[in-house]
Amino acid sequence: VKSATQIAADVRSGASSAAAELERTLSVIAERNEELNVFLHVDIDGARAAAADVDARIANGDNVGPLAGVPIAIKDNLCQVGIPTTCSSKILEGWRPPYNATVIERIVAAGAVPVGKTNLDEFAMGSSTENSAFGPSRNPLDPTRVPGGSSGGSAAAVASNMTSLSLGSDTGGSIRQPAALCGLVGVKPTYGLVSRYGLIAFASSLDQIGPFSKTVADSALLLEVLAGHDPKDSTSLPEASPSLVAHVNDGVAGQRIGLVRELFDGADESVVTAVRAAAAALREAGAKIVDLSIPELELTLSAYYLIAPAEASSNLARYDGVRYGLRVKADDVTAMMEATRTAGFGAEVKRRIMLGTYALSAGYYDAYYGQALKVRTLTINAFARAYEQVDLLLGATTPSVAFKFGAKTADPMAMYLNDVFTIPTNLAGDPALSVPFTTGEEGLPIGVQLLGPGRSEARLFAAARVLEIADGRP
Amino acid sequence: VTLPDDWEMVVGLEVHTELLTKSKLFCGCQNHFGSEPNTNICPVCLGLPGSLPVLNREAVDFAMRIGMALHSTIAPSTFHRKNYFYPDQSKDYQISQYDLPINSGGYLDLPDGSRVSIERAHMEEDTGKSTHLGGSGRLAGADSSLVDYNRCGVPLVEIVSGPDIRSSAQARTYAAELRGILIATGASDGRLEEGSMRFDANVSVRRSGQPFGTRCEIKNLNSLRSLQRAIEYEALRQVELLEGGGVVRQETRHWDENLGETSTLRVKEDADDYRYFRDPDLVDLAPDQAWQDRVRAALSPMPAQRRGEVVALLREPSDAQLDAVEVVIDLGLEKYVHAVADASGDAGLAVARVANELAADVDHVANLSTESFVATVLMEQRGELSATQAKTVLGEVLASGGDPHAIAASKGFEQLSADTLGSTVASLIDAHPDEWQRYREGDEKLAQFFIGQVMKLTRGQANGKAVIAELQARR
Repeated sequence: VKSATQIAADVRSGASSAAAELERTLSVIAERNEELNVFLHVDIDGARAAAADVDARIANGDNVGPLAGVPIAIKDNLCQVGIPTTCSSKILEGWRPPYNATVIERIVAAGAVPVGKTNLDEFAMGSSTENSAFGPSRNPLDPTRVPGGSSGGSAAAVASNMTSLSLGSDTGGSIRQPAALCGLVGVKPTYGLVSRYGLIAFASSLDQIGPFSKTVADSALLLEVLAGHDPKDSTSLPEASPSLVAHVNDGVAGQRIGLVRELFDGADESVVTAVRAAAAALREAGAKIVDLSIPELELTLSAYYLIAPAEASSNLARYDGVRYGLRVKADDVTAMMEATRTAGFGAEVKRRIMLGTYALSAGYYDAYYGQALKVRTLTINAFARAYEQVDLLLGATTPSVAFKFGAKTADPMAMYLNDVFTIPTNLAGDPALSVPFTTGEEGLPIGVQLLGPGRSEARLFAAARVLEIADGRP
Repeated sequence: VTLPDDWEMVVGLEVHTELLTKSKLFCGCQNHFGSEPNTNICPVCLGLPGSLPVLNREAVDFAMRIGMALHSTIAPSTFHRKNYFYPDQSKDYQISQYDLPINSGGYLDLPDGSRVSIERAHMEEDTGKSTHLGGSGRLAGADSSLVDYNRCGVPLVEIVSGPDIRSSAQARTYAAELRGILIATGASDGRLEEGSMRFDANVSVRRSGQPFGTRCEIKNLNSLRSLQRAIEYEALRQVELLEGGGVVRQETRHWDENLGETSTLRVKEDADDYRYFRDPDLVDLAPDQAWQDRVRAALSPMPAQRRGEVVALLREPSDAQLDAVEVVIDLGLEKYVHAVADASGDAGLAVARVANELAADVDHVANLSTESFVATVLMEQRGELSATQAKTVLGEVLASGGDPHAIAASKGFEQLSADTLGSTVASLIDAHPDEWQRYREGDEKLAQFFIGQVMKLTRGQANGKAVIAELQARR
């Protein structure tokens, strides 16, 4: 199976064509999508037209971008003109956006071919895709297990070799956790590095779009295309896209890497072993490993489950049946809104809307939302202090390997605890990635997490590449 | 209307004004009143999933101009979300400023010398407009509702006064003066009838010297007259209630223009909990000194200053003249008055012509140069044109431009020669011996009779003062 880097090189050189690469992708989708429930919508005609366009431009001698002819899967919370976009929710069923997310514009301009929309936990709320209104996706490595979530469909698309790249979004771990569970590289960029314009909001201050791929180099390739200032997103960083691909092989010699106790304590033994082995591999490559404790991180899960639902309760208010999506008829406007939202949202979305509404309510704001904001500030400061001592941090991505369907659905807290290691960086706004390193129970992959200060993506990719090589994927 | 005994009303006003920006507050859609419904909309102001707001720099300019005109402090500010469900609000929350507004503090001095403090003037977005079909025309009980989102996202500034107003007339004066200021800043067109300015009034009553009473808020008053009437009604209602042993309940009230009364909209206990929180889609707004200086430098003089400058040109102005000055300032036409004064002409006459003739055809003032206006006023002042003729000339120039001297000539408005006037007066004296006799005996009223007759014979070409001089000479 070819990497995106290889596909783009082949398409540009004429060794392959965008059309041929797309047909391979479509045949794998035809073969496995029914079983794995990865794509909610495959845009066969649109993708063929896009591929033909890339091939025509190459025939014309045009300089097609760095993703020339690379088929790519899109998480179904990203807007694409005319393509059904559901967020895996009944409330948006049938809605077709009249505009493109900025990331769609960027990947298409870079020559990529979007092939369809992937399954997710409804409105990106969940860690297994079991909260999708259209059924869960399955983990291609073991279809009795979850692929993780919320970007489970995007992870499964790459893990099942349907595509070499996909786009996800990460609010509390929704890229890194499924990447870990599916044996992929997954990146949560610095907040503001990638435009959120066209990403259907879950928690605006935490959401970031990022890549999935099998190789470190492919994620760097895609992120370089995604990143850069966008005037349509006020929270977008002012700087141009960083140079990432050029630094993938920079190594870690002389880097100080902090092994953070709070980022693996309580994980399964196989995971802890993997993290310690990763530290050893990085030391072997010339990094200085420093044992660190950041006690503030213990508070972040609670803070996250106030801040994210609070923002969500406001972001999801617009799904009221008035303008688009589902409308359940009732006697008057208020009753119509109630009936629509009751029928359109699933249980987890309702739970979070209620939590968030409560946390922002008069008389409770200070005790809940206000307190969570203080914890967020503590977290930001704690990370900043850590980065005065070290260049990067190392920990686990998830407490365990991929779990079985239904294992955690009965207990929301058990599900939430799956994100305990990934949430802190979202609160801080810093970048982090998950890279596969060794395997655990039944040969299932384990992801280790690398974290860095704002805009340290190049350093993160270089460290991830060291682990990739050490894990036997040169 | 005065309150009985020693009751006093305490009023504070919240004034919403739409800003005259080219585009909306957070998107590039045209900000235009009167377009076909749902034509000035885009993913952002429609609140489509995934869309994001980006603050309009011009709206910040206007908001700062308003703050500067009201002597406010311009401070770093933030945007919050005010959450409530309503169909004409596309996101089901409104982006508004909350605890950190762009303008805080300040004051407005009224023409009567009183000062009303300003608490804040903050930015927010407007909602769309619902039309309810069937039922009473209100949302409750309607058969169906139509929503026009053209207005959704139009920039507003809300100006909140302190509780310093003590009469309905003062409230009206405050609103009128504020309207003049908003127009002078260029931030608003002040068109009440189009809803570009709207008033909410907080009204309470107390006996003199007592602490503030419980207040009621009257929502959505859209004319100066409604504002004054609603406050009068509400204050009297509260006094009657209290004198009858009742208590005032804190509530929001609706003003019915036809019935001339307020009624309960909702009581405080039912008030929405808006769950305000910082909008994570927007960044802090902190205009630097250079930006503020740029805005301040472009600020035109405010009505109070302009009014003072015109009044200073008048000798012992009458109340009627002061009212006329108000019209001149309101229409922003004082340059004509200043031009006449600069030419050593009669500023009082200029004020009268602007407040009447120019005000009557204000849409065409572009046709009238200050030079033409000065020339016309001077001709009238010198007696070369009668008042009627001067008005006719101004009317012509306003309608279609042209040179006032040429128009006067073409209309045959050249002054009668002294000989012609003399012979005309002589012939009238011969024709009306009784009237002449009575005039000679001191009945001054008859001068008007003779002027009328001269005008009739000369088709209005004569100058009244010249006729009197002619009569006097022969008396």
